Amino acid sequence: MTALPSAATRPAGGPGGERRGRLRLHHPLTPYALCAPYVLLLTAFVLVPAVWGIWISLHDWDFLLPYKPFVGAQNYANLFDPSSIVFGDFWNGMKNTAIFTVASVPFLVVIPFLVALLLNRHFPARTFFRAMIFAPFVLGIAVIGVLFKYLLNTQFGLINAFLDAVGLPPVAWLETQPAVWIALVGVTVWWTMGFNTVIYLAGLQSLPEEHYEAAELDGAGAWGKLRHITVPGLRMVMIFVVTTTILASANMFGQSYLLTSGGPGDSTRTAIMVMTEEGLRRFKMGSASAMSYLLALFLAVISIANFFLMRERKS
Amino acid sequence: MTEQISRNKVDSRDMPLASAANAPSSPPVTGPGTPARTRRRSYSRHRNGPLFWVAIIALSAVFVVPLLWMGLTSVRSQPDSVTTPITLIPREFTLRAYQLIFNETQNPVLLWALNSLVAAVLHSLLVLVVASMAAYALARMEFRGRGLIFGVLIATLFIPGFIFMMPNYLMMDRLGWLDTLTALVVPGAAGAFGVFFLRQFFLSIPRELEETALIDGANTWTILTRIIIPLSKPALVTLGILSFLANWNDFIWPIFVLFSPERMTLPAGLATLQGAYVTDYPVIMAGATIASVPVLVLYVFLQRYVIEGVATSGIKG
Repeated sequence: MTALPSAATRPAGGPGGERRGRLRLHHPLTPYALCAPYVLLLTAFVLVPAVWGIWISLHDWDFLLPYKPFVGAQNYANLFDPSSIVFGDFWNGMKNTAIFTVASVPFLVVIPFLVALLLNRHFPARTFFRAMIFAPFVLGIAVIGVLFKYLLNTQFGLINAFLDAVGLPPVAWLETQPAVWIALVGVTVWWTMGFNTVIYLAGLQSLPEEHYEAAELDGAGAWGKLRHITVPGLRMVMIFVVTTTILASANMFGQSYLLTSGGPGDSTRTAIMVMTEEGLRRFKMGSASAMSYLLALFLAVISIANFFLMRERKS
Repeated sequence: MTEQISRNKVDSRDMPLASAANAPSSPPVTGPGTPARTRRRSYSRHRNGPLFWVAIIALSAVFVVPLLWMGLTSVRSQPDSVTTPITLIPREFTLRAYQLIFNETQNPVLLWALNSLVAAVLHSLLVLVVASMAAYALARMEFRGRGLIFGVLIATLFIPGFIFMMPNYLMMDRLGWLDTLTALVVPGAAGAFGVFFLRQFFLSIPRELEETALIDGANTWTILTRIIIPLSKPALVTLGILSFLANWNDFIWPIFVLFSPERMTLPAGLATLQGAYVTDYPVIMAGATIASVPVLVLYVFLQRYVIEGVATSGIKG
């Protein structure tokens, strides 16, 4: 398939590799010079910030004030103290992010799987359809947000016009709950489902044909093949999809920011919205940093739990 | 018949594995390593009935109509965009919305488009240069500290991106980069994805080519520019286009680090436009159309690279 012989045929740590390693044909400083620009960027914008963020979270760090007193774990304690100002906003944001994640992940995992099964069949212009479903994803949330703000408009929106055409009453998609959550989940599915579909399709293509042939000889029907070959064969792909989708949903920001501004009330104000408003609008950066680390901790726990849960089911 | 078409061009993966491209926060479930080459499955051999075609056409409508609506609304008059019953074909075609935003000084959409283009191009070039240099050293050279750099790279992939927002905002302030395009170009290039992606590809290039060149007296720079870069074109195009798209579409970072109307990029500007023209939908849709057309055109030409780049992220397992 490739013009190049596969590197996999060479034992990576074998004797050949060892000898080549000792025969140094470049200046000893060359690798450092090659890595230097990237390592500089990594240090300045990833490593230092990761540690600096913890330092900030231990201070009453107001961006606009010169004096930033050290407060220890106070910013974290405030997040657990019902009498503090940030408590309500933060946990409301966490709750909304949790609602959105729980509501969106099943659809973002299942619908792309079904679409991938559909697109995995042989039909003309298959590549075209795959590209079309992926298209919204290359557009970014700003375009999607302003577009759906219009499409979901109660009076003049295309969605309600469609509902009207099939005899259903109009819905205030961006003003009343639970319609707002349905709208936000729907827009997110429309926007990002192409991503998971493409990953499932690649997974489906990598399943060995022999298994299906063998199953057919054994008299397996479509359902049997799906249940006993396709789904088990895609186990690792599914773990990947579920994990990345949970993390992406937990990062939800633009949809609420552009479509609902966190409303109605504060019912769709997500954790990332609360964190950025606290830190980058009110400039309470210590408090916002504490929020970001706490949210990250939650996500780490969920990711690890998810990984082990899904792996367990395999055996 | 299915055997013949089983080898779709896109499915022959020359691309190495890579982690997810959509978000810097996505952890790689896939590690380094060349995928085991199994015989690819040919497409399902069931005949496609009418139900299949109904599903495909309905799906197409769901994806095409909203984008079509965006373009159609941008050439409507304002009253037409808020008149019921709504019509598919505009009651009146007008370029008023475009004329308005092209001549507007409060919301300079064309300047935003230029800013977006400059930032995205510079960002993807920076990623390509910096990542290919580091990836080559990590793929081919043995030096003290290589394991450390690699370990740190993997560790950073597990940290969600929002952790960096506060400290990097302060970093931008210290560097004097707030409200400049530099804030959009440089920090994002520190992501580990590009280095992983290219390292993986470089590992698939046979060493013999470089060894022959070394014997002929070539130095590292010559090898990199004459052998590695030309052979890695598909990987470089993929990384370039993914970096471009991510930067062009970035929303959460620009809306906070840019403040001046003339410094904004299209995504940040669209949010402003929506606030300024609340119910003048043709103007907002014209802005959205301007933000969409360049990436859609790019996507039409390079969709193979975009989709392959994404597809390889989930495989292995």
